[in-house]
Amino acid sequence: MKVSLIIFPGSNCDNDAKIALEKLIKAKVNMVWHKETSLPKTDLIVLPGGFSYGDYLRPGSIASKSHILFDIIKNGKKGTPILGICNGFQILTEAKLLPGTLTRNIQLKFICENTYLRVVNNDTIFSSRYNNNEIINIPIAHHDGNYFAPDHTINELEDSNRIIFKYCDKDGFVTKTTNPNGSINNIAGIVNDSKNILGMMPHPERAYDPLTKNIDGTKVFTSLLDIIL
Amino acid sequence: MSDYSEIEIKTSDKKAEDLGLTKSEYQKIKKILNREPNFTELCIFSAMWSEHCSYKSSKKWLKTMNFQNSSVICGPGENAGVIDIGNGLAAVFKMESHNHPSYIDPYQGAATGVGGILRDVFTMGARPIANLNCIRFGDPSHPKTKYLIEGVVAGIGGYGNCVGIPTVGGETYFNENYNNNILVNAMTVGIVSANKIFYSKASGVGNPVIYVGSKTGRDGIHGASMASAEFDQTIESKRPTVQVGDPFTEKLLLEACLELMKSDSIVAIQDMGAAGLTSSSFEMASKGNLGIEINLDKVPQREKNMKAFELMLSESQERMLIVVKKGKEKEAEKVFLKWELPFSIIGRLTDSGNMVLYKSDKIVANLPISPLVSEAPEYDRKWKRSKHYTQNPIKKLEKLDLKKNLIQLISSPNLSSKKWVWQQYDHMVMTNTITGPGSDAAVVRIERSDSALAITTDCNPKYVFGNPKSGSKQAIAESWRNLICVGAKPIAITDCLNFGNPEKPEIMGQIVESIEGIKEATEVLNFPVISGNVSLYNETEGKSILPTPQIGAVGVINDISNIASIIWNENELIYILGKNDIELGCSAFDEIIEKTGISEPPTINLKQEKKVGSFVLNKIQEGLIKTCHDISDGGILIALAEMAINSKIGAKIDHPKLDTTPLEWWFSETQARFIVTIPKNQKAVLEKEAVTQNVPILHLGIVKGNTLQINKEMSISLQDLENHNSSWLPDYMNS
Repeated sequence: MKVSLIIFPGSNCDNDAKIALEKLIKAKVNMVWHKETSLPKTDLIVLPGGFSYGDYLRPGSIASKSHILFDIIKNGKKGTPILGICNGFQILTEAKLLPGTLTRNIQLKFICENTYLRVVNNDTIFSSRYNNNEIINIPIAHHDGNYFAPDHTINELEDSNRIIFKYCDKDGFVTKTTNPNGSINNIAGIVNDSKNILGMMPHPERAYDPLTKNIDGTKVFTSLLDIIL
Repeated sequence: MSDYSEIEIKTSDKKAEDLGLTKSEYQKIKKILNREPNFTELCIFSAMWSEHCSYKSSKKWLKTMNFQNSSVICGPGENAGVIDIGNGLAAVFKMESHNHPSYIDPYQGAATGVGGILRDVFTMGARPIANLNCIRFGDPSHPKTKYLIEGVVAGIGGYGNCVGIPTVGGETYFNENYNNNILVNAMTVGIVSANKIFYSKASGVGNPVIYVGSKTGRDGIHGASMASAEFDQTIESKRPTVQVGDPFTEKLLLEACLELMKSDSIVAIQDMGAAGLTSSSFEMASKGNLGIEINLDKVPQREKNMKAFELMLSESQERMLIVVKKGKEKEAEKVFLKWELPFSIIGRLTDSGNMVLYKSDKIVANLPISPLVSEAPEYDRKWKRSKHYTQNPIKKLEKLDLKKNLIQLISSPNLSSKKWVWQQYDHMVMTNTITGPGSDAAVVRIERSDSALAITTDCNPKYVFGNPKSGSKQAIAESWRNLICVGAKPIAITDCLNFGNPEKPEIMGQIVESIEGIKEATEVLNFPVISGNVSLYNETEGKSILPTPQIGAVGVINDISNIASIIWNENELIYILGKNDIELGCSAFDEIIEKTGISEPPTINLKQEKKVGSFVLNKIQEGLIKTCHDISDGGILIALAEMAINSKIGAKIDHPKLDTTPLEWWFSETQARFIVTIPKNQKAVLEKEAVTQNVPILHLGIVKGNTLQINKEMSISLQDLENHNSSWLPDYMNS
């Protein structure tokens, strides 16, 4: 699989994502600098985590105006799979490829911890290898992961099954107390209406290696293997 | 008025004193120059000869330390120390204080502390792989404490998280002696190819000197002198001396420097830290025995009409000075343009031996480099031996209650969980954190390999206050033990010596004795000091902090399949390795329960440390021991409780019998001891080998159930333990 991994000034999970993609799905990863104007031939686009442009203005906002975004948007609309993790999710909302916005965590603090997620919909290219309602554990590390969208958007996301992951407790209950950042409806990850673009705050690329005691993020990557079968 | 009217400012004893120079230092300056210095020159002397840059009070003693073992590639004197870690790789590390700035402006002070130590490491060509941070605050009841923690923790996180380097460990500590002078000691560890290390020694007359990074502003001017003076009530007015950090620019600078280092363009590189352009340019030229010319008009500037002394003393962050090979300017330019960093060729190396500064085509300073460095003041300050305490007799409190005391200790500010702190730090980015915060030592895998580094930071300031020499030995012994606990071979340390005013003989005495202790421990354990920092004048209105020689230590794990952790497993047998005794001087038990006051801390027997430690390490490397925890603050019972909480499994402890052992035994902080667990079928092996090698071994009990139970007398559920341990800090911060 050919992957375009986009690097913005301030991206800092690019190398982590590269290693995970290489190890888990034997991807050929092209690191694409934000100033490029066109993507190489690509089966998957990944926007990694980090602090593009230092989170100045709003997280993801400056990166969303980069040259390379024109081609990313074009490809995304054509159906090329796009995975945005953490800052990548923020960039996708700023670029309007995904609805809503990621605001400051409700406790106004950066938070880094393993969080339980419930796989709400496994009928996407990113979640197909999980079971529906499977409870997984993936770390978050962000200051601005509090998902917000107007009621009608939230309803639409819920009704069309576009919420893929929700924060929950270890038994799968989605409640206020298991919400680490204040996101509406405990939203941790969503897809666009044609379901080829996933944005998620948790970091699956940090959860594949038994040595770091967490492998629950693996299937976000391995599910993608099925798209080119 | 001209832009450089400072030349007209008349210098005098008084002016010199305002800049922190003594009368005799001012005389010495006039002698070196054979004339009166102009104001810019005087400012340069003031910065270079400040305690912070010159180590004038501590140099005499620092020189006596142990800097060598077979792994050391580069000891003190460079931006950071370097050790060989095998497979053609080297680890670069150092710890540095940012105490005064963090008290004045907790967020920016702590953030820029992280930024500074990161630059020290990547300046040498290393990619940073881990940060640690030791933060010490005043009494929790002090009105400023909460505000300081809030800001410092956010600042450390704000900077490290953004640059993308995991913060994997450190210490958080409270004591009223830090009420008006907190400590923020930041450590960074990086990895570099052993044959691609960059140094600061300039060479090649005519080679261009390049400035890259943030533009220079008026922030941090006189920072080095500020960090070299005591505090008083006017500190708020010193806020402008605190620099403001921009981690985004740091990240760009990190990537740009590492990218340029892949070519063969760079001759020498030095970050602009304390005393900014002054000390970086002096150090590079001085190490190369060369002169340097700088055109200050070329320095990228954030503000208008900056004067020469402001440009030379500014401590604006995220700046580097690089000497490149002549003709390689274009290569450097290409990289810096890619990363959108301000840069400029600001000067060149000369053979004059002088630093010559130009501004608006005029010479604004002309100073001989070698005498300014070699004749920097070095003081043999008066010192006196610290008071010798004896161990206070145990008070034999009538109602000593094991369970109650355990709860009191485990929920006390210093022993309670610090998760509230470290969950604000990204401790996982780079995906190599095998063991993160909250353990004996952090374990960080070396990318795409089967080896790892173990890193720990340690110091018990109460011990050091009770006995500066043995307390300092203890800090090193504890860091040695903590590395062993995870299965790492201890290699070397960095130290950050935080003390009060060295002009007071009793404080100077603490410094001297502490260095004596460090020297002895590093020699016996073959665990040299390869880098460090001295922070003096940590006093407010005459009251000193506790003497705090903070140790940061690094060890190597060659095979990550044989590491140990604090996590034990059901049905394993629990042992203490090492000799048990009852020593409660300066212990957590004494501080919280007996309250007898300062007394002699536990004895340090370095040979015993070495014997027990080597035995444990050996057994971990052989794969026999997988669970290990050192016994430190709070003693055996606290260590057991920590293991139970982290493992989420309890224990049944049958030995020794309570009727034959005083309750204090469970809280003794006797050194050179480890708690280990092993599977039942290895019982005979471990016991036999310990006896053969003359390592004291005591069987305590078995890992089992969901309570921590001591004989029949005490039992506490894991849930209770966990609640008592985890709630203090968040409750305090939310109160």
